[in-house]
Amino acid sequence: MNSDYRIEEQDKIEILEEKDVVVCRQACRNWAKRMNFNLIDQTRITTAVSELARNIQEYAGQGEVQIQIVEKDMRRGLRIIFIDHGPGIKNIKLAMSEGWTSHRGMGMGLPGAKRLMDEFALESEAGKGTTVTTCKWLPL
Amino acid sequence: MPRISSIDSRRSIVNQKIPILKIKDYLIVPIQVDMDDRLALQLQMDILKQIEKCNSRGVIIDISVIDMVDSYLGRILGDTARMAGLMDARVVIAGMQPAVAITLVELGLGLEGVYTALNLEAAISLLEELLDKDAA
Repeated sequence: MNSDYRIEEQDKIEILEEKDVVVCRQACRNWAKRMNFNLIDQTRITTAVSELARNIQEYAGQGEVQIQIVEKDMRRGLRIIFIDHGPGIKNIKLAMSEGWTSHRGMGMGLPGAKRLMDEFALESEAGKGTTVTTCKWLPL
Repeated sequence: MPRISSIDSRRSIVNQKIPILKIKDYLIVPIQVDMDDRLALQLQMDILKQIEKCNSRGVIIDISVIDMVDSYLGRILGDTARMAGLMDARVVIAGMQPAVAITLVELGLGLEGVYTALNLEAAISLLEELLDKDAA
């Protein structure tokens, strides 16, 4: 699937503790700002990153976030991938449903983040971990 | 792009405490840093303790420089307002930026039942109005 996307630039941030969620969302906002996303999209991206980075910290303990500036079909986008090797999600359909939470969240982390981004793909295997791939495209 | 130093960013987050200012019968809480979850939870506790200590009837949480409210912070803000309510104090959230309001609603969080005001001045007027109504 990666072949569709041409990666112009990339970096990664490790999520090891609670504070890294803040570090990560601030870094992603800086990337979004630099790509000239408007303020509302910057806020959408930052908020989605906060939800998904927190999920890593909360459910897997640690993981990493890959940040990429990508190009596909003449469009530029900010692709952010959240990877952990935690317990994985047993029931993805349930995890993606509104209001469902297994922990201290409000149950809008995953579906909320999906709404805030243009692309959202969740892969998870129980016992192996979870990868959430998201992308926001710059308007044409 | 230069790698953002995690160490530097961390240092700016560590050991922060959000000030809670007492002005007449009100507490004013200007949030001016990007809070992690622990700090947000600590702030909730601090506000409730200050309400008790100062016999405050009204609290204004100023979030005008906050550029992101996610579901966790949104829940903390809503919970704090409800908890303060149980202690007979009113909470007004002041100064939410338009982009934050848009994102919160898209996220699925409307902060229902929480008083909000455009800015600090409007928040004080709203508190006065609410407390007058309570007294009547």
